[in-house]
Amino acid sequence: MYVAVKGGEAAIQNAHRLLADRRRGDRNMPAITLAQIASQLSLAVDRVMSEGSLYDTGLAALAVKQARGDMIEAIFLLRAYRTTLPRFGYTRPIDTAAMLVERRLSATYKDLPGGQLLGPTFDYTHRLLDPDLAEGAEPAAPETRSEAEEAMPRVSDILANEGLIEEDGALPENREPGDITREPPEFPMERDQRLQALSRGDEGFLLALGYSTQRGYGRNHPFAGEIRIGEVDVEIDVPELDFPLTLGRIRVTECQMVNQFKGSKKVPPQFTRGYGLVFGQSERKAMAMSLCDRALRAGELDEDITAPAQDEEFVISHCDNVQATGFVEHLKLPHYVDFQAELGLVRQMRREYEERREGADTERREAAE
Amino acid sequence: MVSRQERQAVTERRREAMAVLAMASGSDLLQLWNETGLPDDAETLRGPETGLVTVRGRMGGGGASFNIGEATVTRATIKLPTGEVGHAYALGREKLKVRVAALIDALHQRPDLEARIEEKILAPLRTRLSETDAVRRAETAATKVDFFTMVRGED
Repeated sequence: MYVAVKGGEAAIQNAHRLLADRRRGDRNMPAITLAQIASQLSLAVDRVMSEGSLYDTGLAALAVKQARGDMIEAIFLLRAYRTTLPRFGYTRPIDTAAMLVERRLSATYKDLPGGQLLGPTFDYTHRLLDPDLAEGAEPAAPETRSEAEEAMPRVSDILANEGLIEEDGALPENREPGDITREPPEFPMERDQRLQALSRGDEGFLLALGYSTQRGYGRNHPFAGEIRIGEVDVEIDVPELDFPLTLGRIRVTECQMVNQFKGSKKVPPQFTRGYGLVFGQSERKAMAMSLCDRALRAGELDEDITAPAQDEEFVISHCDNVQATGFVEHLKLPHYVDFQAELGLVRQMRREYEERREGADTERREAAE
Repeated sequence: MVSRQERQAVTERRREAMAVLAMASGSDLLQLWNETGLPDDAETLRGPETGLVTVRGRMGGGGASFNIGEATVTRATIKLPTGEVGHAYALGREKLKVRVAALIDALHQRPDLEARIEEKILAPLRTRLSETDAVRRAETAATKVDFFTMVRGED
């Protein structure tokens, strides 16, 4: 039964006004601008774009500001905004081999064409808090080196030549890629739908699941075949023009995980692969995604499904942090009537329990006498 | 009679010009446009309006395609008094930039203005874009690992 209860309007208004004030912080300090957030907290902005599933740095920066830095709230804001815009169409698939690379490394091949490019990485920093940064010291300009442009083939294309690694991953020729934002997910899923769900999935959740495979819950012996971060062109076909249009460039992170595979009845021993591709710069997320993608291919590769990371319905149904936060956080909304009903039920059960106990006591006393 | 090759060349020039306009920063584009002093007397047929495109990738980099997520896109279509229709699409929400890009696309189709648009707008934009990329490449190249091997012992 639902009973409408009114009230709290003034309290809500004042709470939101208080929220706006607390978000503003100390008014003696300048308010942070969206441009500052987008350029100086760019990895926060990238995460919001990736899990908010909307590439727009300005909107993601606004979401971070509005959410006071609460990432999941910011992601929620971006997801909500997304639904207000009309959809113009689907792009052509981006070509990560043609990326303007800003970082690229392989943990499997030292001397790969194009080389190992560290880019702006936290790796090899000592993770010591930096007092100079606290004082606002200006860093030196980046070093530059002029080098002839060199093609950077994906490491998977290099390995594939020997036939010791599986191919990129095919689905039936004329299959239109599934879109989980259009059709409600049904299990079992195809890999394209899973990849879409994983790409917008919660970084923490996927990280924990990826970690669990490394610790033995669905172990798949991964190597980071290649990680690359950089900008790719986005192209689209539109009805009014008879050629593909370039819309601009977006930054993405791609991870090619290479995994050992002992083979099955049908397939000879070879390396298999997991794939990660996310908006913005986030190699942790891309790596976690590729571990989960590989784990979720257990069925396809005739492996025993024994661990949470291999359970498609479990992983896909719980990786979306907007859905998760909605259901967990709804618990704080008024449940007065539900709770009253439960309270009545527990009282009744308690009465019955007491009566049974008293009955038993009486019987025992009578038996003793 | 225009040969097929010529038609293809015209299409390719237009495609490339539209790509440059889409990639250019809004402030660069508007500044160069204002400097040309060309009139904006076009009729708006559509937009500028902002919507979404769903960006696709390929599993494994080159396999079957899948949807990654959406991106904001703004588009506009205009018609010049002389009849040419210009289109523009660009990532983001910069409506003025996209309207001006559509204007430039239309003006670029006019033989009397093509060279001027090329010289005053497209060429400088191309230069700025390639300079930005060159800087990015050089900064990344400086972080390239140069491996060397330490040889120990006699053999």
